[in-house]
Amino acid sequence: MDRRVLDLWVGIFVAAGIAALFVLALQVSNASTFNTGESYRVIAEFDNIGGLRVRAPVKSAGVLVGRVESIGFDNEKFVARVVLRLDRRYTFPKDTIASILTSGLLGEQYIGLDGGGDPENLADGEKLKLTQSAVVLERLIGQFLYGRAAEGAPAGESK
Amino acid sequence: MDNLAVRALRHIGHLVIDGVWRLGYASRFFLLVLLRSGPSFRRFPLTIREIYFAGVLSLIIILVSGLFVGMVLGLQGYDTLQRFGSEEAVGTLVALSLVRELGPVVCALLFASRAGSAMTAEIGLMKATEQITALDMMAIDPIARIVGPRFWGGVLSMPLLAALFSAMGVFGGYLITVVLLGVDAGAFWSQMQASVDLKEDVLNGVIKSIVFGVAVTAIALFEGYDAPPTAEGVSGATTRTVVTSSLAVLALDFVLTAIMFTGA
Repeated sequence: MDRRVLDLWVGIFVAAGIAALFVLALQVSNASTFNTGESYRVIAEFDNIGGLRVRAPVKSAGVLVGRVESIGFDNEKFVARVVLRLDRRYTFPKDTIASILTSGLLGEQYIGLDGGGDPENLADGEKLKLTQSAVVLERLIGQFLYGRAAEGAPAGESK
Repeated sequence: MDNLAVRALRHIGHLVIDGVWRLGYASRFFLLVLLRSGPSFRRFPLTIREIYFAGVLSLIIILVSGLFVGMVLGLQGYDTLQRFGSEEAVGTLVALSLVRELGPVVCALLFASRAGSAMTAEIGLMKATEQITALDMMAIDPIARIVGPRFWGGVLSMPLLAALFSAMGVFGGYLITVVLLGVDAGAFWSQMQASVDLKEDVLNGVIKSIVFGVAVTAIALFEGYDAPPTAEGVSGATTRTVVTSSLAVLALDFVLTAIMFTGA
């Protein structure tokens, strides 16, 4: 075969392969959804993080504003120490509340941020004062059952 | 009776020694190819020719099978997921299975049967018709001139083919679930993007395909170079190429998956 035709075909093949890699990187994976270049870190302490994982989304009003960077355990206070990496474009007041929420009934867990009214904004490395832990299904059911038992006991006696 | 047992033992011992000997010979051959691969880059047109034969000519089978694999994944995933009312997650299912496993593995199996067998047959026939001996007589190193460019052509083609396979598969899944079955397009892509990680999934898939490319090409070239110079020998070597490299790909895939995707 003519060398130039051969080179042309190989060129098309290589270009198509690299294009496919780019499609996989940009369209299929999460590279385009969150830019890790411009960001700042905020620390939140939770009594219980449930099934939260590293790289879980951080959302505010449903918008993705960052991701969980690391999860550690505080040996002195016995709480979970979660480092959030937030996008520089978004700022939050100092009295922001972080809560661990679940998307859907059995979906993945994420952190929701609700802004407060403080005029000053959170800076890099600051700690959130107010947090709300994950809802553990067993505890919820336990509370429900205790509540029912406490309600039901007097009614049972009067019968 | 006694004679039979001795003969069986002797046969097993012969097989084991032969296998170990071939493993050693193959490793030495692989090292030799790596050491003498300078000419494949200095005279790059030689390698481009082999990329044409190994990569470009495999394009049709790779693209068509990628499309069908993606469409089947879409259909099967939709069928199961809609029972739980989460048919949007089919995008995640298709993309993760393709990028992590099916893309590199199925592509490597197809590559072994399409390009690997051709390499073995070509080199085996060159040996049978004494072309390799003739090169040696002319003081041209057959490993540098014949084997090296084929090795690098195959190794460079394989990741590109696997990426094309995965991209085609995702497109096939999109066609079936969004266009045909009416899953919401936005949910399809956003759920996919939320769960496929660039480094963890896409990059590991590419690493897998490079490893498979090295394994398949090296096995094919070794079988061809080692083939007995007869018609029967070449046909046996071609069969061994497909069998050995398929098994090697599946075994390597298990090892790589165990390293890459556990823990975390």
